[in-house]
Amino acid sequence: MSELLLTLAVKSVLVVSVCMLMVAYLTLAERKILGFIQLRYGPNRVGYWGLLQPIADGIKAFLKEELTPANADRKVFLLAPIISIAAPMLLLVVIPFGDTVTLFGREFTLYLSNPDIGILFVLGISTLGSYGGVLGGWASGNKYGYIGGVRSTAMMVSYELSMAFAVICVVLLSNSLSLVDIVHSQAGVWNIFKAPVAFLIFLISGLAELNRTPFDMPEAEAELCCGYNVEYSSMKFALFFFGEYTHLFILGCLTTTLFLGGWHGPLLPGIIWFFIKTFAVIFLCIWQRATFPRLRWDFVMKLEWKFLLPLAIVNVLATGFIVAIF
Amino acid sequence: MLLEYIPILYLMLVAIGFGVITVILSSLIGPKKMTREKAASYECGLPSEGFQYFQTPIKFYVFALLFLIFDLECIFLYPWAVHYNQLGLFGFVEMLIFICILLVCYVYVWKKGALEWD
Repeated sequence: MSELLLTLAVKSVLVVSVCMLMVAYLTLAERKILGFIQLRYGPNRVGYWGLLQPIADGIKAFLKEELTPANADRKVFLLAPIISIAAPMLLLVVIPFGDTVTLFGREFTLYLSNPDIGILFVLGISTLGSYGGVLGGWASGNKYGYIGGVRSTAMMVSYELSMAFAVICVVLLSNSLSLVDIVHSQAGVWNIFKAPVAFLIFLISGLAELNRTPFDMPEAEAELCCGYNVEYSSMKFALFFFGEYTHLFILGCLTTTLFLGGWHGPLLPGIIWFFIKTFAVIFLCIWQRATFPRLRWDFVMKLEWKFLLPLAIVNVLATGFIVAIF
Repeated sequence: MLLEYIPILYLMLVAIGFGVITVILSSLIGPKKMTREKAASYECGLPSEGFQYFQTPIKFYVFALLFLIFDLECIFLYPWAVHYNQLGLFGFVEMLIFICILLVCYVYVWKKGALEWD
């Protein structure tokens, strides 16, 4: 028993450190890719090809002065960045990176945990992460921060709906809530071919949940001068962004797990396929940031409530009908 | 089965610990020269006026209520979806009725103008 606990602890630390390293380099990747799309170099001064940039950014954020505004709610102000990093980091626990591998004559699973209610856990915890934004905005004692926080909540809960409805299609096709079972059920045909509309809805709502650029209402630079994190400085500010990039990584992993067949693929080992697909989805998320202009606030809500939500509900019915017939 | 939840506990500790330690460390390292101007809230450089928690548009509450209704519907659909292959066409018709009732509500909400943002 104690050996099992130890193995699990080592695995947890390993998964968290590897994934957090990837997330740190995701910031560099985003700046590089955006740079190449806009015919710039991107960061290229710190280390060869800018490879030490994330570390330099981290050290810089640590060495900056930390400010707490006089009229801020001190406790909640401290709590908000912790929530916004902890929630997406916790989601790493259910991501199935691969099937089993045999090391030193023992079998290891390439996922930390496989609870029966995996996908509900993911939906719940990812919504919990939005508390970071809203509490941060509310506690900073700043009007812009407050508007950013309120907008963030409204957008998160709205897009959560269409995302949950899109996930129902996957559950219909796989008949299980466990992420590992969902991947196993895609051994033949990936879910993206069986439920393409659900895939699009999931990706769009995922982008909205991330507060990424077409939907960056909560932190609108132009109108709210950064929204909910306007009063944050130093590493607390960096934690919000770290949380956001972790969430982006999680979105890539989830899209791969639910729609792109997880670790299934020819020739290469499963875990490599998983990361190829994950980074393809993440690249798509970065690419669309350079392509699409941002939406106005009322259009964001209109897109969800008048288009995505009815489409998602009808899509559940259509998928159910097709599954029942065949 | 409880074993599956031990890694979740571990990761909860790691995630919260990471956040707490980073926040504490960053408040220890770094200069501390607080002035009155720095402690004032930043609203585009102008002196802050009025109360920060001003009136919030009622629309946000309406959307929160709508979210509750549709999210409940969604949660009802999950157990149905898990056992769908055993229910067959009967299950489909049952759920069709349930969703149609909610779609009627949706159309009503739309016609009432609750989904307009102005």
